[in-house]
Amino acid sequence: MLKILKYSFYDLMRSRWSYVYFAFYLLLGIVLLFLNNDLSKAVITLMNVIIVLVPLIGTIFGVMYYYNSKEFTELLLAQPLKRSSIFMGQYLGVAISLSMSLILGLGLPFVFYGLFESSAIWDFSLLLITGTFLTLIFTALAFNIALSNENKIKGFGYAILLWLFLAVIYDGLFLMTLIMFEDYPLDKLSLIGTMLNPIDLSRTLILLKLDISALLGYTGAVFKQFFGTSFGLIVSFAMLTVWVILPVLRIIFKSNKKDF
Amino acid sequence: MVTIEGLHKKFGKQQVLSGLDLSISEGGIFAILGPNGSGKTTLIKTILGMVIPDKGEISVLGKNIKVNSEYRHKIDYLPQIANFPSNLKVKELIKMIKDLRKSTKEDERLIELFRLTPFLDKKLGTLSGGTKQKVNLVLTFMFDSPIVILDEPTSGLDPISLIRLKDLIQAEKAKGKTILITSHIMSFVEEVSDEIVFILEGKIYFKGSILELKTKTNQPDFEHAIASILTENHA
Repeated sequence: MLKILKYSFYDLMRSRWSYVYFAFYLLLGIVLLFLNNDLSKAVITLMNVIIVLVPLIGTIFGVMYYYNSKEFTELLLAQPLKRSSIFMGQYLGVAISLSMSLILGLGLPFVFYGLFESSAIWDFSLLLITGTFLTLIFTALAFNIALSNENKIKGFGYAILLWLFLAVIYDGLFLMTLIMFEDYPLDKLSLIGTMLNPIDLSRTLILLKLDISALLGYTGAVFKQFFGTSFGLIVSFAMLTVWVILPVLRIIFKSNKKDF
Repeated sequence: MVTIEGLHKKFGKQQVLSGLDLSISEGGIFAILGPNGSGKTTLIKTILGMVIPDKGEISVLGKNIKVNSEYRHKIDYLPQIANFPSNLKVKELIKMIKDLRKSTKEDERLIELFRLTPFLDKKLGTLSGGTKQKVNLVLTFMFDSPIVILDEPTSGLDPISLIRLKDLIQAEKAKGKTILITSHIMSFVEEVSDEIVFILEGKIYFKGSILELKTKTNQPDFEHAIASILTENHA
C-alpha cells in the first residue's frame, strides 16, 4: 500500500491542481491576516471558509482523481496486488496531498505573521486538524461515490449533490425541524442531528474551542451544556473519526466486491 | 495447474458464463477461442480474481483462489487493452512495475528483443498502439512466472514483432510454463497452440488438439473448422 501511496502522491505532486489549491490557501491566509490585523478574528473567518470549501474540494478532487487515474488503476489491477491496498493507497495519496496543501498554504502565512508568539496557536491548530479531518472524510465519500458509479457524469453529479446537501440543505432542514417541533424537548434530537453531519460537527467543535457563545447557536449551546467544553471536544473528535472510518471501510468492502 | 468447476457469471441481465468447467494441465500452450462476447476475457479475469464469479470454484496450483491471493504472484498477465498513465515515461513505468512486484533483470533483454530502446524516454501517451503493446509485452514477460496469460497478444504488432513474439512464446513454453492465449488471428493460434479450448454461450464447447477439432468437424483446415462450429450453432 505504501508504494501505491507513494506513486499516487508523486503523481498528484506533479499535477497543477495541488499547486493551485496550495496557492489559493496561501493567498487566502495572507489576505485575511493583513486585512484583519488580528489573529483570532482571522481564525474565525478562516473557519467559515474552511468548513464549506474543504469538503467541496475534497469531494470534487476525490471523484476527479478516481476517474482520471482509471488507467493507472487498471495497470495496478493487472499486477498481483491486493485491491484494498490499491484503493487505500490512492485514497490516502489524494487525502494527504490535499491536507498538505491546506496545512502548508494556511500555515506558512500564519507562521510568518507570528503565530508561535500568539495565543491563537491552539485555535489555529484545531482549525487545521478539523480541516484535515474534513478532507479525509469527504475524499473517502467521493471515492465511495466514484466506486459505485461507472458513469463519470453521474459520479460528479452525486458528489456535488452530497456536498450541497451536507453543507447547505442539511442545515436548512435541521432548522425547519427545530422550528416545527419547538414545543417538544429538542436537546437530544439536535445533538444527534449535529453528529450526523461532519460539517456541522466541525463547526460546533471549533466554536466550542473558541468559546464564542454568540456564534454557537442553539445546537452549540446544547452541546456545551450537555458535554461541557472538554468532553464535548473529545466526543466530537470521536465522531469525526467514526466519520472517517465508516466510508474507508466501505471503500475496502466495495472494491473487494467489484468486477474490473 | 488451473481447475475451474461450475463457473457462473452474470453482468446485469447478461449471462456470460453458465456452468463452465475447465481443467488445464501443466506445461504447454492453450488457446482460448470463441466468438465475440463469448466470455473469453471474463474467464481470464475470473482466474485472475479481477472479476468475482457468482458461483463456482477456481483453483490455481492446487489452491482455491478465494482463500489466498498469493497465487497471483505466480501469474503474468497481459491485459487486452494497454491503458497506461499517459504522463509517465516508458522507463519510469517499467521501473515502477518492478518496484511494485519484484526486481528483475529480464526487462533489458526484452527491451532489446522488441527494439524499444529509442522509446524509453518517451511518454506513454505519445506512443503508437503497436509500441504500447510491445511495452505491455515487456511488462508481462519480465517476471518469469510459471503461468502466463495473454489476452490478444498480437493486437497492433507488425510482422517482425509478431515473429519475435512467437519465438518468445515458444521459448517460454520450453521452460515448462503454462501459457493461456486468447486471439482472433486463427493462423497465429494454429501455429503456436498445443490445445484449443472453444467457448460458446458461456460453456466449453470443445477442448482438444487442432487435429481432433478437424476430425470432429470434418474440415480440412483449422479456420474452416472454427467457422463450421460457429455456423452450426448460429452464433
